[in-house]
Amino acid sequence: MKEQLELLRKKAETELKQAQDRQSLESLRIKYLGKKGELTAILKQMKNLSEQERPVIGQFANELRTLIEKELTDRAKELHEAETALRLKAEEIDITLPGRRHKLGHPHPLNLELNEIKEIFIGMGFDIVSGPEVEFDYYNFEALNIPKDHPARDTQDTFYINDNIVLRTQTSPVQVRTMEKQKPPIRIISPGRVYRSDAVDATHSPLFHQIEGLVVDQGITFANLKGTLETLIRRMYGENSVVRFRPHHFPFTEPSAEVDVQCFHCHGEGCRLCKGEGWIEILGCGMVHPKVLSNCGIDPEEYSGFAFGMGLERLVMRKYKVDDMRLFFENDVRFLNQF
Amino acid sequence: MDLSMKWLKEFVELPDMPIRSFTEAMTMSGSKVESWRKEGDEIQNVVVGKVLSLERHPDSDHMWITMTDVGSGEPLQIITGAQNLKVGDLVPAALHNSCLPGGKKIKKGKLRGLESNGMLCSLSELGLTKHDFPYAIEDGIFVIREDCRPGQPIQEAIGLDDTVVEFEITSNRPDCFSVIGLAREAAATFHKPLKLHTPAVKGGHGSGAEMISVSVEAPDLCPMYSARVVKNVRVKPSPRWLRERLRAMGVRPINNIVDITNYVMLEYGQPMHSFDYRFIQGHKITVRRAKEGEKIMTLDGTPRTLREKNLVIADENRAIAVAGVMGGENSEIVDGTTTIVFESACFKGPSVRTTARDLGMRTDASSLYEKGLDPNNCIPALDRACELVELLDAGDVTDGILEDRHFSPERRRIRFEPDWTNRFLDISLSAEKMKTILSKLDCEFDGDEILVPSFRPDLVHKADIAEEIARFYGYDKIASTALSGGAQGKYTARQKFEKLIGDTMLALGASEIMTYSFISPKYYDKIRMPADSPLRNSIVISNPLGEDTGIMRTTALPSMMEILSRNYNNRNDSACLYELATEYHPTSAEQLPEEKLELICGMYGNGSDFFTAKGMVEDLLEKLNVTEWDISAATEEFAYHPGRCAALSIGGNPLGIIGEIHPKVMENYGMDCRAVSFTLDVDSLFQNAGMDKTYRPLPKFPAVARDLALICEDKTPVMSLEKAIRIGAGSLLERIELFDVYRGEQIEKGRKSVAFRIVLRSPDSTLTEEQITAAMTRAVKELENIGAILRS
Repeated sequence: MKEQLELLRKKAETELKQAQDRQSLESLRIKYLGKKGELTAILKQMKNLSEQERPVIGQFANELRTLIEKELTDRAKELHEAETALRLKAEEIDITLPGRRHKLGHPHPLNLELNEIKEIFIGMGFDIVSGPEVEFDYYNFEALNIPKDHPARDTQDTFYINDNIVLRTQTSPVQVRTMEKQKPPIRIISPGRVYRSDAVDATHSPLFHQIEGLVVDQGITFANLKGTLETLIRRMYGENSVVRFRPHHFPFTEPSAEVDVQCFHCHGEGCRLCKGEGWIEILGCGMVHPKVLSNCGIDPEEYSGFAFGMGLERLVMRKYKVDDMRLFFENDVRFLNQF
Repeated sequence: MDLSMKWLKEFVELPDMPIRSFTEAMTMSGSKVESWRKEGDEIQNVVVGKVLSLERHPDSDHMWITMTDVGSGEPLQIITGAQNLKVGDLVPAALHNSCLPGGKKIKKGKLRGLESNGMLCSLSELGLTKHDFPYAIEDGIFVIREDCRPGQPIQEAIGLDDTVVEFEITSNRPDCFSVIGLAREAAATFHKPLKLHTPAVKGGHGSGAEMISVSVEAPDLCPMYSARVVKNVRVKPSPRWLRERLRAMGVRPINNIVDITNYVMLEYGQPMHSFDYRFIQGHKITVRRAKEGEKIMTLDGTPRTLREKNLVIADENRAIAVAGVMGGENSEIVDGTTTIVFESACFKGPSVRTTARDLGMRTDASSLYEKGLDPNNCIPALDRACELVELLDAGDVTDGILEDRHFSPERRRIRFEPDWTNRFLDISLSAEKMKTILSKLDCEFDGDEILVPSFRPDLVHKADIAEEIARFYGYDKIASTALSGGAQGKYTARQKFEKLIGDTMLALGASEIMTYSFISPKYYDKIRMPADSPLRNSIVISNPLGEDTGIMRTTALPSMMEILSRNYNNRNDSACLYELATEYHPTSAEQLPEEKLELICGMYGNGSDFFTAKGMVEDLLEKLNVTEWDISAATEEFAYHPGRCAALSIGGNPLGIIGEIHPKVMENYGMDCRAVSFTLDVDSLFQNAGMDKTYRPLPKFPAVARDLALICEDKTPVMSLEKAIRIGAGSLLERIELFDVYRGEQIEKGRKSVAFRIVLRSPDSTLTEEQITAAMTRAVKELENIGAILRS
């Protein structure tokens, strides 16, 4: 019997080595180990053996079974490896072919930048407020300390609907409306469309966007104005930005300032970008004029505040080096696709 | 405002410093410098030359060979075509490698075979005119009659070496439109004393009061009028120092009388005018309102018709000047004028501004008056003018100033509150130091009150005082302090919603555009809006830039079409664009319009059609969690294809439109293709958006799918088939998927085949065959009721 088993082992080993796929492996398993398999058949004859022979042959037979099982698994693994390797080789692709793309839309550069600025202000505790674009003269001018005969009206060429209604020339009327209905503390920005009767050219548009801000509370100081706007500019232009505040005049703030950032290009030496000044004007600001506060029903003896405003188009033009403002409103897809 | 540094230095002794330090310090103390230039900066390597010899050029009938001494070594041979030279003349000589104004470069070269080592220059070649040097001729070499020597740089020799600084003066500082005003700022900036000069007039040529009288009949518009008579006027060119000052400040020298009025205006910021005494009828000057329709010919030769609100200077019979704006021809200084009347007056800003604007003539004088001038400045300016008349020997000044004043000499008072100022600015400056700053600006103190100088109309409130302190303390020295208090910023629900709309549109492949809110009324025609449409009622701009921007849009569609057609004309193959656009709907005349936000999306090319747009709408509504909306065919939308347009509604209220643009609208926009568009009302979207989402457990039991192929009338909308299935299948229905619509072979004409996959599922158990069959049978029955039968 031992010889039978020995023979069987040799045969099984040879056949297993020759098996080329999973199916033939399976039939080999059945052939040797199945209920009617050859090894099973031999084992069935065990009962005819003597007491002494039975454990010896039994052990031998079990070893053979384990051996065939192991051979089967190993060979299966080998075959699988080989199959996989083959498949991988066959499936090689040209990865330089273009990807299948889902076409995404592109945000307008003005809104792209505006959203970033909104995030900065939200982070500094500001809310975002909007108001009407077609606005009462009162809110656009008079409440802001610009009466009818004020010379500042000349510099803001206004579109009139009638004597009392204008297209807002600034988003400051939103601040007035906010102060009228909200008690301090107030911390808002009011971005939006504004209108001035400038003919269209590379640097002017009768419609453009402003972002104005307002803070009113007890004990607000000029140092708070500086601190807040310096933070804004650092977030916008980087931590190393050099900022300067210089005196200016606006009818609705006192003291007023214009804020310059040192030219990124020449670092203050003076170049074409900054028109030789070394500085680029970014925004206007100041402490809210006491008259404006009292016009809005806020006691200037108890509260103080600051306000600021900047033009979105110029900001975006500088950031993306757009040299013609008309591109923003022409909306050519070749322009929009760049953002 | 241009400022001559030489002139400035008459009033302030500035420390020695580079010009850049000066301009930066002035900018930081509030007088913003726009630019600066050195006169004669464009001129390089041009010196005084002395003509030593003149000889005809052998090969030319008009050129001369000169030997010119340019101060160094050998005299140079220079050829010239000018005919006005003689030996000994001092002339400007541009040497080899020199530069002239306008970027012109001079090099040595040959003229008709003879070497010329440079060029002798005329006035215009140096950027000058006869007004600068009245003794010179214009067509010929500038023969210099100044005290100079050969080799001297030309700038030095002819006084072209001033530095001119251009300031941006803000509207609250009319006092800074003068050399003295800026000198006061410079003195305070550099901590130097301001050296003002008090004009002294000798007079002594008879009494002015006997010759003329002045009176103000409109004191509300003219708080101060003063005048002085000058006899025996001797009109001639002004001396060189005065001409140089004017030139540096950008004013052309004319003659001594005109130059004096300009000089005083620049120095004091006070406009001056002069009348010919002979033409003041009745020798009485009255300042009065014009008569309605009164006529005057102004100095620019234009006839003007005045209204009652305009202020005039009049003699006994007629207007002789428009107050503060321009003089009249009828009293102009002319050849033969012997006696003049100098006017130095103060007119109210708003009145001058209105008049100048109405008459369409803004002048140097009117733009000064507009800003609000100080009536106290009239007399010193008038004195200065008369002092200059005597200094220049331009006439004989009579005794006595004629004046009519209507203003209070009281100075405005503001409480001096150093503690408040320190708190407000967050600085700690002593009261004494604040007083020092304010004193430099001519403020005086009376107890705890500040007396404001009359030339500072902008100082009214303690906040104005704080600004004066801050700008001379230094804005840059004030600390930067973050806001205290932990305010929380946030987007409102509506702001988040609009952002979600935008983000979703971008994800759906639409790019964002921004368009003008104003359009032309003609654009309504282009989108075929009927003449009686209520949407034609738009807000009208009373002073538009042009017709194309004359009204505020009531619909964003023309703006979208404009952009689509621009892209089409720019040969972009396709475009898919959206805007969150404001539309302006008038309410009543005295009220503001309603401003409504509309989402508009438009597209062409890239195979986009009605269903592209509809798919985007469906995706968007799903994202916004807007459910339960209805859609129906819309055949009456003027801008859309009647067979390819749908109206969306929700709860019976309109929500929006989806449609292919009407072919005639496409024609109107010059587009030879198809375009589709949809609009959605953002308010309705927001009201109907389900903001909250609740998790539904994942199904525990398997779903079963059954396919249904149906035959129905061609016109039967697929939506009604779906509705029938939904009713029939009942609560087991999970979803319906349309997978085929077919017309043609094997299908009867006028009918179509529609195939659905119907997915059923129960949340409680695995469906039995009986349950499935029952649901499908009911669905088929419902379908039969609307004329759809199973395809055999």
